[in-house]
This record gives sequence, structure tokens and C-alpha cells, in this order.
Amino acid sequence: MKVVVDEDRCCGAGSCAMVAPEVFDQREDDGIVVLLDAEPTDGLRATVREAADLCPAGAITLGDA
Amino acid sequence: MTTTHSAEADAPEFPMPRAARCPFDPPPEAKAKQEEGPLARVRLWDGRTPWLVTRYAEQRALMADPRVSSDIRRPGYPSPAPVTGEGSKISFILMDDPEHARLRRMVTAPFAVRRVAAMRPAIQKIVDDLIDEMLAGPKPVDLVEAFALPVPSLVICELLGVPYSDHDFFQDNSKVMIRQTTAVEQRQAAIGALAAYLDELVGAKLTEPGDDLLSGLASRVEAGELTRAEAAQMGVLLLVAGHETTANMIALGTLALLEHPEQLARLRDTDDEKLVSTAVEELLRYLNITHNGRRRVATEDIEIAGETIKAGEGIILANDIGNRDPEVFADPDRLDVGRDARRHIAFGFGVHQCLGQSLARLELQVVYSTLYRRIPTLRAATELDEIPFKHDGAVYGVYELPVTW
Repeated sequence: MKVVVDEDRCCGAGSCAMVAPEVFDQREDDGIVVLLDAEPTDGLRATVREAADLCPAGAITLGDA
Repeated sequence: MTTTHSAEADAPEFPMPRAARCPFDPPPEAKAKQEEGPLARVRLWDGRTPWLVTRYAEQRALMADPRVSSDIRRPGYPSPAPVTGEGSKISFILMDDPEHARLRRMVTAPFAVRRVAAMRPAIQKIVDDLIDEMLAGPKPVDLVEAFALPVPSLVICELLGVPYSDHDFFQDNSKVMIRQTTAVEQRQAAIGALAAYLDELVGAKLTEPGDDLLSGLASRVEAGELTRAEAAQMGVLLLVAGHETTANMIALGTLALLEHPEQLARLRDTDDEKLVSTAVEELLRYLNITHNGRRRVATEDIEIAGETIKAGEGIILANDIGNRDPEVFADPDRLDVGRDARRHIAFGFGVHQCLGQSLARLELQVVYSTLYRRIPTLRAATELDEIPFKHDGAVYGVYELPVTW
């Protein structure tokens, strides 16, 4: 699984960091998404999918690794 | 076309009334519209007939659609009450990107998930201290006054750098500001009083900055990134949104749990943090206290669910019934604290989704996991039909909740 984030679209709601803190964090100065792991392991598939689904700004795109 | 014309002529009034004795459920007429289809016309206080979007899928899609505007200054915007502000008096929740993003990003950091999580011990102490006071005081007591309002007010004051000793002032003005039945002049006066108060605070932070959000805004004023009026306006938004919403979730959530004792017992008897956070999401879904819908206006023609929302037409996303959509939540009118409800849209969706949601979640997790455990015999000290509900509020809840134990 490959994860891409769009910092310009991100609105800093933090859903991704809540659901999958192993993969997503937020910048210290403005709360915008930080991608910690662009190719998370299979064990994280479900939570990363949920994070992408919950993202209100559509800032997380998933693809095949 | 004649069909559209008659649909507009027959449009029912919005907001719609809830059913008597069903204070936790959305209006039956709104639910009926949802069963009929994803879109309907409704009539507002000013005679306009915007679209009411009734189902979760269409609501979520439209809230994330760039052809849909939140800008209250656009002519077709379906305002819930007469518009009182103009220019710098409008907060960023009523603007579009890039204007909205520029301002929102200035205040996002303190609400980030990790920053908020670090506040847990402080919030736990606030909650425990208030419960100590309640237990030491007379009963029955009004839970709103003694607990539900002070918890989020203390927390947001700390975060913003607002003196809590001014709570009577800002709580009273917030109440006037968000009551839908408030006269235009009264609302203007309340907003003006809060703006003047926050302006003064921002001024004080310019000379004596602290480690708080208003000081951060003051330094941006100094750097020329923000006008002082904009900073004060953001302060008003965060102060009002920061205490009114969570206070209502605490009091109304407690009442809903008292009316569903088997659900209350699950929450009271658990050590499982996961169940507590699941319960918070379910109560957010079930109660959906921002009960008058998210308001938007189309900037282009939008084809959706076999209809065309024309450019310039108003749109109301009724997230209260969206959160009761049986296509998404099985048996949606049942409160089930163990349900996975994280997809709810009680915080909205799209780039305007609630900025303070992490903080709201944490406060509710601490409250729901502490209050019923520490006062296991907590009960309402009056009958359900004696309790005054905020039918006229922009945010739903109870005006008071007498409790005893």
C-alpha cells in the first residue's frame, strides 16, 4: 500500500492522526498533515483506509505499493 | 418547470419541530423527507426555499464539493437568521478557501491531536475538582451550571488565555448570540460586546504575551499577518464554539444516558478506553447537537441524485438525519455505545470540519469515563417533560438539568 498526502488540501482536522498515528502526524506550527510512513505494512491497511475515508478534505490518496 | 414550482410552493418550514417526548430524535418530518428521497425543498424564515439534503452519502459528497460555498456574503446563502456581520466581523467558518484556509491555519496547531492529548491530565483534574465540589454541595444541583458549562469553559479559557473569572460575561453573551430567536439588534450587541472584550485581551497580549492561543494571534497582528479585528473575531469564534458545543454534549449526553440506563451501565463499568471513545462517537452521532444543518450555496450547477442544484441556490445539509441514515448506520435510532460510529458527520465534513474536534473528543472521553463512575447513583431530579430543551438554539441541548444522587 502506498500513501500520498496533499498538504495544500489538508485542513488540519486531525482525523488521520487520531485513527492511524503510526502513519500520520501533524506539523507543530500549523497542524497540517505529516506522512510518517508512505508504505505502511499490511497490518495497518484497514486503519489507513479508514483514515483516508474519514479525511474531510480528501487529502489522502491510497495506491498499490 | 411546474413540478419544481409546486415543490417550492409546498416546501415545509425549516427548521422542523421535534416530536413531543422524543427529545433525542430528529424531527419526524425531516426523517420522512429522507425516506422520500435525498433532496427536498424547504422554506426558511425569510421565505427562501433552499434544498434540504437528507441522506448521508449526498451530504458528505456536497460538503466536500468545491462547487459548494460556505460564504455567507453570497446572495443565495440560506442564512439561519438575519445576517448581522459584514467585512471583518465575519469569521472564517463563513468564508471559502483561500481566505478560509489562511485564517484557519493560524489557529489549527493548538487543536492538533498530539497537542490536545497532552492536555488530558489537566482536563482530568478540572473534571475531578468540579465533581468534588458537586459532591460537597447541596443537591439537587443543576448539572449544566455546576459541571457541563464549567468544564469546557475552563479548558478553552486556559487554551486561549482568557481569564475564567469573566465566565458570566462571556457565557451570557454567547447564549444570546446563538439563540435563533434573538432579535437582530440584541445579537449584534452580544457579538459586539464579545468582540470588544477579545479585542482588549488581544491588546493586553501584545504588551504581555503568554503561552496561549491569543498571544499567538497577537504576535501575528504585530507581524502584520492579521488585523487586530480579525484576531478578535477569531477569539470570539473559538471562545463561543469552544464552550457552548461541548457543554451541550455533556449535559444532553448525560440525560440521554440516564434515559438509557443499560448504555450508561456499560460506560460506567468499563476500564476499556476504546469503549469510552466509541461511546463518545456514538453520542456525537446520536445527538448531533448542531441540529439546524450545515448551510451552503452552489457556485455552479450540480447534478446530484437525478436533480440539478442550480448555481446560486441554497443548500442545507441536515447532518442530524444524515447521522440517522439507515444506509450507513444499522438501526440508526438506537443508542448503542459499542457501535462503530466514527463515520458520523456531527463535526461536519469538508474543509470546514470542526477545528476543535480533538479537544471536544478528549473532554467528552474524560467526562463520560469519570462522572458516572464517581457518582454511580446519579439521576435526574425531575421528569423528562419538565426539562427545558434548546429547541431555539443554534446548538441543541438542555438549558438546565437538575440532578441528584
